[in-house]
Amino acid sequence: MPFVDPEEAIKERVLAVQEYSQLSGEAVANLFRKPRYVADMLTQADFIGVGSLPIVILTGLSIGAVLALQTSSTLQQFGVTTLTGQLVSFSMIKEIGPVLTSLMLAGRAATGMASELGSMKVTEQIDAMRALGTDPIKKLITPRVVATVVMLFFLSIISDLFGLFGGYIVAVSLLGISTRQYWTSTYQQLQFADVFQGLIKPFFFGLIISTVGCYYGFSTKGGTQGVGRSTTQAMVAASVLILIFDFFITRFMIGVFGR
Amino acid sequence: MPDPAASNGHPQPSEVMLEFKDVELGFDQHLVLRGVSFRLHRGETKVVFGVAGSGKSVMLKLALGLLQPDHGTITVLGQDITGMAEQELYQLRRNIGMVFQESALFDSLTVEENVAFRLVEEHVSPEEIRERVTEALRFVELEHTLEKFPAQLSGGMRRRVAIARAIITHPEIILYDSPTGGLDPITSTTIVELLIKQRDVYQTSALMVTHRLQDGFTMATHCYDKEKGQMVPVKEGRENTRTSFLILRDGKVIFDGSGQELARSTDEYIREYIS
Ligand SMILES: Nc1ncnc2c1ncn2[C@@H]1O[C@H](COP(=O)(O)OP(=O)(O)OP(=O)(O)O)[C@@H](O)[C@H]1O
Ligand SMILES: [Mg+2]
Repeated sequence: MPFVDPEEAIKERVLAVQEYSQLSGEAVANLFRKPRYVADMLTQADFIGVGSLPIVILTGLSIGAVLALQTSSTLQQFGVTTLTGQLVSFSMIKEIGPVLTSLMLAGRAATGMASELGSMKVTEQIDAMRALGTDPIKKLITPRVVATVVMLFFLSIISDLFGLFGGYIVAVSLLGISTRQYWTSTYQQLQFADVFQGLIKPFFFGLIISTVGCYYGFSTKGGTQGVGRSTTQAMVAASVLILIFDFFITRFMIGVFGR
Repeated sequence: MPDPAASNGHPQPSEVMLEFKDVELGFDQHLVLRGVSFRLHRGETKVVFGVAGSGKSVMLKLALGLLQPDHGTITVLGQDITGMAEQELYQLRRNIGMVFQESALFDSLTVEENVAFRLVEEHVSPEEIRERVTEALRFVELEHTLEKFPAQLSGGMRRRVAIARAIITHPEIILYDSPTGGLDPITSTTIVELLIKQRDVYQTSALMVTHRLQDGFTMATHCYDKEKGQMVPVKEGRENTRTSFLILRDGKVIFDGSGQELARSTDEYIREYIS
């Protein structure tokens, strides 16, 4: 491996962060500028939202079911298996629903954006768009950002609901908890702060997924190999950022609401 | 080979459409262009020669503002584009057409959508778009491919679609990057004929990068005959195809002048290049 000058490497990173911020800032600012590409937003929303539905439902159901199994074995020691519903709903709504859905979408949508835009970059289609007088950030990135943020919001809710449902199936069929017991305990202890936390997270995660995916796509260099590289990097960067932001958002929410 | 001297003298001094003044550009310490200056006048076609890697594509991208020079100034349609904001450039680029070396068609759009791209962006009515797209595709003799995707076309067809996309708004300047690159001689001639037709029917100014000397000389020695619907050799000393030549070497312009001057040049490199 060639020796990399650490100073150069750091400079490169700083430059990348700067470019990333600039691109994301502009993509968001375009929301308030004409023209708006509504048709492109709908196409993306269809791909990201409807296309991701099966995988989101599947992960929601199975995680909910597993959560019910895991928590009940602990709760059994204290003889309070009836609280299973509450623990499932807390973990699902505040944490696992949004984070897992976002990680799924990082694998599906961020990589999709990076590879699609990356291929366009290396075949000069992005330059061609600029040459035709169209701003590629407006036409390609802004619709993806809007579609991802809106769709992730709903996908997270769907994931939460299916998670609760997965927990319910296990609770009733394997743990001998009654339907009423389960559902009462899921919402009884739930407060505004919990739901709010669960809904604010997908908003930030959606921004991360779309801007990271698009940034890696637009900064692709070096042919097909470069496209492969950006795709993997987009997936890794988006996932890591989601996990980091998850920690800080949670910490902030606990600071504000006390839970 | 046709006699390049048949192209008839310098273009008359007229409005400057595009001007490079002492333009320099490098990528990672490697200087690609080192002080390039030239002018393109209204109605003139400048054929750009140069070996692979001499910076021809880079030069066209600079002319569109897709790249910015390290030094020097570039003036397009009377506006200095060096350091111009990207948002302003979008406006200016609407008067310029570009055919990329690898066509750069949008592969998720059909031929029709590719050609219509600019009109859709300008919110032209659907009926008019349909009409003008058909007209542009008829110009390049591809009106039967409307619904096809670029991947379903041959390289030569893609090149022609790219030409249709560039000319649909009848821009004042067209930049052709190796429009005949990698094509057989017969298809190449068809494409050169299209360029001549575009030049003579719409009086566009153009930069045409090419590897094939013959294409350049055909441009200089033929004009489009509307009655016959094809290109015909110009009568010696009568008509002026307003075609000039520019040769790039090691990042510098080593020749810029008419076909006659090119034929008379005594420079060894040029002699070798055009022989
Ligand atoms: N984006 C870029 N990054 C780094 N170097 C570049 C870039 N674009 C072009 N170059 C370099 O600039 C030089 C000129 O490239 P250019 O594409 O203009 O050549 P060309 O004259 O068009 O060649 P060809 O006839 O093969 O098309 C080459 O050495 C190339 O490596
Ligand atoms: Mg080139």
